[in-house]
Amino acid sequence: MITAAAYTFKILRSDRKRPDERPRFQTYRVKVIPGLTVLAVLIRIRDEIDGTLSFRSSCRSAVCGSCAMVINGRIDLACRTQVASFGTNTIILEPLPNMEVIKDLVVDMTPFWHMYEKVKPWLIRQTADPEKEIEQSEEERSRIDQFVNCILCACCYGACPVIARDPDYLGPAAMAKLERFILDSRDERPEDFLDTVNDEKGVWGCDTVLRCIEACPKDVRPTDSVVDLRKALVRKKARRLLGMKK
Amino acid sequence: MTALSHDVLIVGGGLAGLRAAVGLCDKYDVALMSKVHPIRSHSIAAQGGINAALANNPDGRDDTWEKHAFDTIKGSDYLGDQDAVEAMCREAPAIVYEMEHWGCPFSRFPDGSIAQRPFGGAGYPRTCYSTDLTGHVLLNTLYERTVMKGLRVYPEWYVARLAIDDGVCHGVVAFDLMNGEVVPVTAKATVFATGGYGRVYLYSTNALINTGSGIGIAYKAGVPLKDMEFVQFHPTGLIGTNILMTEACRGEGGYLVNTRGERFMERYAPKAMELAPRDIVSRSIQTEINEGRGFDHPLGRYIKLDLTHLGEQKILAKLPGIRKICIDFIGIDPIREPIPIMPCQHYSMGGIDTNARTETEVRGFFAAGECACVSVHGGNRLGGNSLLETIVFGKTAAGAVDEYLSRQPAAAKEEIVRGAARQVEGRMAALVAGGREKSFSLHGELARTMSANVGIFRERSEMEKALEDIDRIRERYRNVGVSSPTRHMNYELMNAIELEFMIEVAHTIARGALLREESRGAHWRRDFPKRDDEKWLRHTIARMNSDGTCAVSFRDVTITRYQPMERIY
Repeated sequence: MITAAAYTFKILRSDRKRPDERPRFQTYRVKVIPGLTVLAVLIRIRDEIDGTLSFRSSCRSAVCGSCAMVINGRIDLACRTQVASFGTNTIILEPLPNMEVIKDLVVDMTPFWHMYEKVKPWLIRQTADPEKEIEQSEEERSRIDQFVNCILCACCYGACPVIARDPDYLGPAAMAKLERFILDSRDERPEDFLDTVNDEKGVWGCDTVLRCIEACPKDVRPTDSVVDLRKALVRKKARRLLGMKK
Repeated sequence: MTALSHDVLIVGGGLAGLRAAVGLCDKYDVALMSKVHPIRSHSIAAQGGINAALANNPDGRDDTWEKHAFDTIKGSDYLGDQDAVEAMCREAPAIVYEMEHWGCPFSRFPDGSIAQRPFGGAGYPRTCYSTDLTGHVLLNTLYERTVMKGLRVYPEWYVARLAIDDGVCHGVVAFDLMNGEVVPVTAKATVFATGGYGRVYLYSTNALINTGSGIGIAYKAGVPLKDMEFVQFHPTGLIGTNILMTEACRGEGGYLVNTRGERFMERYAPKAMELAPRDIVSRSIQTEINEGRGFDHPLGRYIKLDLTHLGEQKILAKLPGIRKICIDFIGIDPIREPIPIMPCQHYSMGGIDTNARTETEVRGFFAAGECACVSVHGGNRLGGNSLLETIVFGKTAAGAVDEYLSRQPAAAKEEIVRGAARQVEGRMAALVAGGREKSFSLHGELARTMSANVGIFRERSEMEKALEDIDRIRERYRNVGVSSPTRHMNYELMNAIELEFMIEVAHTIARGALLREESRGAHWRRDFPKRDDEKWLRHTIARMNSDGTCAVSFRDVTITRYQPMERIY
């Protein structure tokens, strides 16, 4: 027998097209069976109780990155969060911070994608491609493992205290993406490329308080990339001071 | 209504759509519309790999594209068009190398070459992979290419209708979700890469966005569909959530086990065992469950997928994503415990009828990827061939569109697209004015009847029941209403619009399944348990009549050098 428990969902509602209305929490009471995720309950609320509720979702298996939000104060994907995991029967849902809310739990991710594009997130090659694959050792491939896992859900971006005070800061996801290419043995971007992140809007802006690591649903550690990029810049500067070419 | 205009409009931001865009956007004014941001497309969820006869694996040094073609054709139960299969398999190595050159981080063998693993129905270990996140890395790589090229993307724009007049496509009608506006879009060439229809079924591994409405939109615009009765059920969906447990679990050595502790595949495919093609493994699992050798669970009966003997190291190295999903979604660590699985709808072999050039019978309208049926998968798709199909035929679509535009077709007619836009406006007004029926409950009924009556094992009476149910749902759909007249970010409204097309997709599946009186590939009839090449070595073509009814005709399969044989594994 499966027994359902009564839960109260409090969801922060707002609508960019109605700026005169203040954001407000709306309360929904639902019966939840064990094993249900926050996303599954959100879908039931929209279907059965309130068709006006807006949230994004797609894969429902923590790979597409659509449903990042704040769940009882913690940033995570709604699809992988068990309703029963909080030790309370009240679940409070709010949209991801650091981005403008379009409606309810849907935020405008344009600034996030803008930062992603800034780091030229693609493989840059100078040499001509071989006929077959560009060789890469297992060890070289494993260096980029954790950064490849990023699903661009913006959990880290929402959690970042630097973005909260400086919207021009590049942010953890873009930095992790840059590191993914810098560490890739096949990437041949000019070393000067690092100069584009050599300031307070880039690698030196990070507070290194690790909120991004805490928020990442895929065990990516964007702070590792910040630290590594800083080291690379320091090495580069040292070489220049010592008059070494490379 | 302000109209937009582009040379080429690509609908869908998954692998097929992005690859088509990459091939065209340097030369033409190309726009890509997708109802989700491209990186959220369902291609991202593909796990196991992409097939290409690279012969990198020490156990497969003499692999060739011809062997890949043979495996694909045998796997298709001889319903695949052999010229198209050959073209795809010949192109496969170049496609994989190209993706690698563009940055795709494939897993590697010790010699630095792209790693390849064994997969179901394949005579050689030719599935190239990146741990168990192959779709994720391929989609990211192609999206990165479009960012590099500055492709114009309209994210969260749902395409709701095709504007076809006199055998020519003039563009589409789009619904801009963020602003809630209906927008006519003219284009000289339109490419659909809108994905599969998994959500027509109740138990599906597919994402929630996989409604198949693109297929239904084409059908309702008069474009024929092909082989819709061929629905792939994946052997291993997680119980409850139906999340995919990749075939790579078995490719890496996983077992399927029943309540008696038997590796029961021995009875059904003694040579290939767990790595028989998906149609055979799914039927075997369902038979074990039906005959009482499944385990009980509050959410249904299941079979165990056992990886425990592979050891921690191998699971962490080769199947880290699977492990994480199991821990997150069912609280099981596959290093220590077997995974409870059941067969679930997974893939749409059928779809928009195209030739091997991605052309449909409508000029200026092309289709590629899962929404299309070339057919390269015939009655049953092999694992690792869908990622391949999306990229090969996305690229092919780019070539076909280029060729079409170089012949300088007449300009798209804005008045045709505006006329279609008025119809969409009318439809939305009707939904907002509202009837009593709710779209989600009709969707639920549709999915339940499809899973119950047009599933792994089929027979006449059940499919007739499904068709009756679908007719009733279509009637009730006229009275669907939505809660809010606010159109922006109104997902209830979008779901209601899509349901219209899902109903027709379901109808063509059930109709084809009823008419095809044989068992072939994934289409298994209890009342006709034999393959019948004499009568049924033919494609099913479904076309909508002007009165809304479905006309079915048949077309011979193209055979080149592989004569149909009995399928033993």
